[in-house]
Amino acid sequence: MPPQMTQPATTEITYRDAMREAIRDALRRDDRVFLMGEDVGRYGGCYGVSKGLLAEFGAERIRDTPLSESGFTGAGIGAAMAGMRPIVELMTVNFSLLALDQILNTAATVRHMSGNQFGVPLVIRMATGAGRQLAAQHSHSLEGWYAHIPGIKVLAPATVEDARGMLWTALQDPDPVLIFENVMLYGMTGRLAADAGPVDIASAAVRRPGRDISLITYGGSLWKTLEAAAVLAGENIDAEVIDLRSLRPLDDATIMASVARTRRAVIIDEGWRSGSLSAEIGMRIVEQVFWELDAPIGRVCSAEVPIPYARHLENAAIPQVPGIVAAAKAALGRV
Amino acid sequence: MTAPTDKPHLSREHMLGLLKEMIRIRRFEDKCAELYTREKIRGFLHLYDGEEAVAVGAIPVLEKRDRIVATYREHGHALVRGVPMTTVLAEMYGKQEGCSRGRGGSMHLFDRATNFYGGNAIVGGGLPMSIGLALADRMRGDDTVTACFFGEGAVAEGEFHESLNLAALWELPVLFVCENNLYAMGTALALSESETEIQRKAGCYRIASEAVDGMDVIAVEAAARRAVHAVRESRKPYFLECRTYRLRAHSMFDAQLYRDKAEVEAWRHKEPIVRFQGWLEANHMVHPEDLARIEAEVAAEIAEAVAFGEAGTWEPVEQLTRFTFAEAEG
Ligand SMILES: Cc1ncc(C[n+]2csc(CCOP(=O)(O)OP(=O)(O)O)c2C)c(N)n1
Repeated sequence: MPPQMTQPATTEITYRDAMREAIRDALRRDDRVFLMGEDVGRYGGCYGVSKGLLAEFGAERIRDTPLSESGFTGAGIGAAMAGMRPIVELMTVNFSLLALDQILNTAATVRHMSGNQFGVPLVIRMATGAGRQLAAQHSHSLEGWYAHIPGIKVLAPATVEDARGMLWTALQDPDPVLIFENVMLYGMTGRLAADAGPVDIASAAVRRPGRDISLITYGGSLWKTLEAAAVLAGENIDAEVIDLRSLRPLDDATIMASVARTRRAVIIDEGWRSGSLSAEIGMRIVEQVFWELDAPIGRVCSAEVPIPYARHLENAAIPQVPGIVAAAKAALGRV
Repeated sequence: MTAPTDKPHLSREHMLGLLKEMIRIRRFEDKCAELYTREKIRGFLHLYDGEEAVAVGAIPVLEKRDRIVATYREHGHALVRGVPMTTVLAEMYGKQEGCSRGRGGSMHLFDRATNFYGGNAIVGGGLPMSIGLALADRMRGDDTVTACFFGEGAVAEGEFHESLNLAALWELPVLFVCENNLYAMGTALALSESETEIQRKAGCYRIASEAVDGMDVIAVEAAARRAVHAVRESRKPYFLECRTYRLRAHSMFDAQLYRDKAEVEAWRHKEPIVRFQGWLEANHMVHPEDLARIEAEVAAEIAEAVAFGEAGTWEPVEQLTRFTFAEAEG
């Protein structure tokens, strides 16, 4: 038995609570930080993330906003430019489209257009993803779109450590950072070190080392991919699972090192296939390690439909374990 | 109820200063138009011809610590605010000595030193930013004012309404300055708004407001003094509608099919420089030698700016992707 001393103290925590701890910690550490968004205060956040923070920090710093995504996202931009460190919460990526002009045309461009005179140290958090039968207008995964835009950084915390740790690092960044929280992860629990704190936001993580194939994913799909890897292990296939963590910039080094080792790759992405982040990753692999490949690159993406309401259709529309297993086996020629 | 400081100073020196600033913008932009036809300046070029009294009346009323958010028609605002004419013109040339390092051009003049927050080419796009700037000031208890300039076309955008609502709801020190020149590109106000009294829209949000003759620099200055004073004292928003007219086309590509020459001619008689200069002459406050001096000074400044722009350098293409993100200090 390993001695008790070397075991770091950990606690069981939900992703939701880890996220709240991250916000609370940021509010305590830096009085320039404030949270603003629809229903973040009195209601406690539409996914319960900010519950209790209003009582602790007051209405000035836990700021309920009207239904004005463009207005308050832009207000976050201005406040950040004037020296504050706002965290803007958009209920879901679907509604962020009402603020897309502010995010793309202002937040992402000001530094460049101003010749480096003004930066926008803003963090925008939002929920993303399907799986709760909320139908099309509440279930899309558009983080890959945002990853298309120069001038912003795009994060996808998939673990409680990252939910707890990415926010503070993002707040230290002099440029806008978008954090995508997959709705299916909020209730997930994990063990978090008692002294868990900020984490890096620059690199991908190998969540499961393996020799035979690289399964590249992020966010809500990470756990399905790990499950698929366990199934594959039962069939003597040793899959490596990469959690991208940052969708922009992409950590090419980790991806390429893995693919060069395993010689096979499947990308699992809850976005739609056409013009997706998975397409970008696949192309980068072709550009950088084509000669290392032993098989065509595979992809498991969402079906090209607006995400449907009915449970069976919704499940069929987004990546699932059997599909990931099948794609991995196909890449290995074991169908 | 106007505080004594709210009154314009009607000294001769002050009057000549206002006149000079308007002439300075006008002559500068005449030069820009010429440089455009000579292909020294490219892209969209929106001139402020006829609207100078708004920027000249309002901006000097602000303190140095106050902030300005402008649109793509912002040459006049930048110049009055004190962004050097040299770096403004170099920016239009696209040179790295420009106020935005050649990355912004005519529509995206930025200047940190004067708290000039652009230069936004998305109609209505600057309004939410002004809300945030003012929110930061309010949260810190600073007594700064943020002045946000926009055209009457922006009034139709959702961001206008979102921003007015937020400003009133959160009691933010924003001075909204609507430059109502009656046209959004070619769309006349009556074709785009159900309520054409723009100022009245502020009332729906319980924002104090005033409409002023934007062709009269003294009237604009007086109204701006009242407005800035109100914002600074109350820490609440204020809405100033300046009724003006643009004498030139919307941009260099506009054939002006939407209005007839007679209408433009009629407005020429009300244009702010001729009108103010005539009034000063009638009151013996300006003499021919004053005018000659102003013209000579402005011409010299423009010549210097052109030389600066011409002598400016192109940023090496290797630096293309710089300033997309912050760089480590080095
Ligand atoms: C969101 C958006 N829609 C359309 C345009 C194209 N556009 C540029 S200027 C303009 C007219 C704006 O008129 P107004 O706000 O009155 O300002 P003015 O040009 O008269 O100063 C339009 C429609 C734009 N730049 N941004």
